[in-house]
Amino acid sequence: MLWYIGRRLLQLIPVFFGATFLIYFMVFSLPGDPIAALFGDRPPAPGVIEAIREQYHLNEPFIVQYLYYIGGIFTGDLGTTYSGRPVTALLAQAFPVTFRLAMLALAFEAIAGILVGLVAGLRKGKLFDASALVVSLLLISVPTFVLGFVLQYFLAVELGLFRTTAGPGAPIQDLILPALVLASVTFAYIVRLTRASVADNASADFVRTATAKGLPRRRVVTVHILRNSLIPVVTFLGVDIGNLMVGAIVTEGIFNINGVGGAVFQAVIRGEGPTVVSFVAVMVIIYMLANLLVDMIYALLDPRIRYAK
Amino acid sequence: MNINRKGLSAIALIGAGALVLSGCASGGNGGDSGSNGGNSGGSAIITTNGSEPQNPLIPTNTTEVGGGKIIDSIFAGLVSYTAEGEIENDVAESIESEDSQNWTVKIREGLTFSDGSPVTAQSFVDAWNYGANPTNAQGSSYFFDNIQGFALEGDVPELSGLKVVDDTTFTVALSAPEADWPLRLGYSAYSPLPESAFEDMDAFGENPIGNGPYMLDGEGAWEHDVAIDLVANPEYDGPREPANDGLKITFYATQDAAYADVQGGNLDVLDAVPDAAFETFEDEFGDRAVNQPAAVFQAINIPQYLEHWGGEEGKLRRAAISRSINRDEITDVIFQGTRTPATDFTSPVIDGYSDELEGAEVLEYDADEAKRLWAEADAIAPYGDTVFDIAYNADGGHQAWVDAATQSISNTLGITAQGKPYPTFAEALEDREAQRLTGATRAGWQADYPSLYNFLAPNYLTGAGSNYEGYSSPEFDNLIREGSTAGDIDAATAKYQEAQELLLKDLPAIPLWYSNVTGVSAETVDNVVFGWNSVPLYYQITKE
Repeated sequence: MLWYIGRRLLQLIPVFFGATFLIYFMVFSLPGDPIAALFGDRPPAPGVIEAIREQYHLNEPFIVQYLYYIGGIFTGDLGTTYSGRPVTALLAQAFPVTFRLAMLALAFEAIAGILVGLVAGLRKGKLFDASALVVSLLLISVPTFVLGFVLQYFLAVELGLFRTTAGPGAPIQDLILPALVLASVTFAYIVRLTRASVADNASADFVRTATAKGLPRRRVVTVHILRNSLIPVVTFLGVDIGNLMVGAIVTEGIFNINGVGGAVFQAVIRGEGPTVVSFVAVMVIIYMLANLLVDMIYALLDPRIRYAK
Repeated sequence: MNINRKGLSAIALIGAGALVLSGCASGGNGGDSGSNGGNSGGSAIITTNGSEPQNPLIPTNTTEVGGGKIIDSIFAGLVSYTAEGEIENDVAESIESEDSQNWTVKIREGLTFSDGSPVTAQSFVDAWNYGANPTNAQGSSYFFDNIQGFALEGDVPELSGLKVVDDTTFTVALSAPEADWPLRLGYSAYSPLPESAFEDMDAFGENPIGNGPYMLDGEGAWEHDVAIDLVANPEYDGPREPANDGLKITFYATQDAAYADVQGGNLDVLDAVPDAAFETFEDEFGDRAVNQPAAVFQAINIPQYLEHWGGEEGKLRRAAISRSINRDEITDVIFQGTRTPATDFTSPVIDGYSDELEGAEVLEYDADEAKRLWAEADAIAPYGDTVFDIAYNADGGHQAWVDAATQSISNTLGITAQGKPYPTFAEALEDREAQRLTGATRAGWQADYPSLYNFLAPNYLTGAGSNYEGYSSPEFDNLIREGSTAGDIDAATAKYQEAQELLLKDLPAIPLWYSNVTGVSAETVDNVVFGWNSVPLYYQITKE
């Protein structure tokens, strides 16, 4: 078991180098001169551009630039942005904010999604089930930014229940509304996934057996139906951790949250290789750790799954 | 190895728990530091929108709006600009010259930076030398290119044209006479720097010490990507005396979020209304909304190096294109009145602007005249079915008007006109620089200082920095030279207008419209006036 986890962690190493190499190459291949674009319509003196290019090793061939970057990693130096800020400072600022937002959204969608899905699945065809389906369909079809603007306008601007945008430091209470928006689509998927899975298991043989041997309804539902229905849901949630961490750019923009999405977007637009690569590398690691966590939760849910050698 | 299922589950649970806990823990920290930051100001702190400065806050290396707004607030140059774009002495006592080339600058005595160190002639000369030296790679170095001794490359620690006479006097020798040189001096690149800055410029850029109406609210007042807190500088003595206690500039990634914050009462002043609110903001905010032309000029350029677009044929075709674009309709329908149709190559907020230039009728929509001009050009060489495209960067919100303009051109001239989007500004710029355009290109200019010269020289002089399409007219060059060496500003203006009348014939750029400054303010604040450069005059704003 520990051996298994160790092996999975070791896998991070080649993936890390592969991903950084590929992404560095893609940023390197972006057309346009990022330094010239920094100055907009007014070109600075040619010596200025040259000096900046030199400073960021932009005149070197790709592989040399990449080695500079990798060399920096081992000394804890991930390079600097074109504005001279260390990338590590950017990471330290953006990730905690996005992480809080993602965890909050994950909590909303997991708790509410599984509960609603469970009830709907147990009462298949009834009023609650039908309304859950309609609501989830609605949430899936409304684009995030529409929902974001609408909720922001009515709940924050008109009713004043929330702050319109996240304040300095993005405290938890300012992230509740954005997290709800962010969680909305996935919530709908989880409702549907749980509902289908629960409905399926509810009529399974082992549930009938459990009921027949006189177990209380509560125990049948929680231990026999729900636990067996959660495997697809957990898989989905695991993948979603990654999506929430990187895919929040629209929501972050609406609520002015200085998170990962916006930072990466800016860096791509400016052609800042080290920044993009560092962010993506951290994302890759988060993805992989989340997947490892999901695999371990499988074993908790399904006795048949074991990880040995 | 065979660990039982319970052990595994425990590890999984601990893992999940750790994730959630660390999320909560860092959440608590973030919240705390946030509220601490918010408590530090007095009551009359004006909150406004901004964007994260692209560079450390060094006056000579700040070339974009986000940083410029802060630099202008924390530094005071020799002169500052009034709302009308005229100059008034700030640090300067007098700026005089007999021949427009050798200037003597006297500064007021007893002025200090916010840390108490004195503002002297040396503070200006050192700062300008630093900004001009190519070794320091400062983005605004070209502002010093008319001072004797300026070089584009190499290590030039001192400009030979700058001489300190005594503590309050220095002289500037320009490489050529320039009558309106003082007009430039309100631009942030000409700010003085305290001696301490030169010890470690990077550290200084993080916590700059200035001599302006505001200063940073202590160490770490600049929270990167989030906001910067400024408070009134008690040491400041000049025409921009703040009527409030300070300024909190919050950085927004989107204007929509900032607009929602004004609506929601979290923001006092917003100087850029998002596109989505163009239609409604004036109704919603009434006399708290601002919509007036700004010093931003928008055009399309058609390079002469293209077949059909050089010489006499090119002139006729450019005029035809110009006359087939319905500027009134586009500014009205696409921009909801937040652009003003152009009548020259500068901007209405600039001293010396005229809407009565000879030949300006070429900027008016006239389908019949357009067809006639086009046919005349076809008589020289038939255009055939070549597609006419307008290049633009898709990341700048240009698609709507480009589509409208090409539609207008297609309908009028009966040719195929279409937009040619580039994904980013960098890519569009690269093709312009390499002269690889296949048709027209979007072009824009925002003035650094309120002068006709600043609109004309960098864009249309032979070989000038932003003259990407390579326009070259000895006659135009001469007029600009005569204007810049004229004895007084009125004589200079006359020459610049003559030069523009020449441009109206050649049309190296087809003027389209001036961007308007659009802004709104909350009911909590009063006296919100926008300066010539589209930035509110923050020092005037009062708050209950």
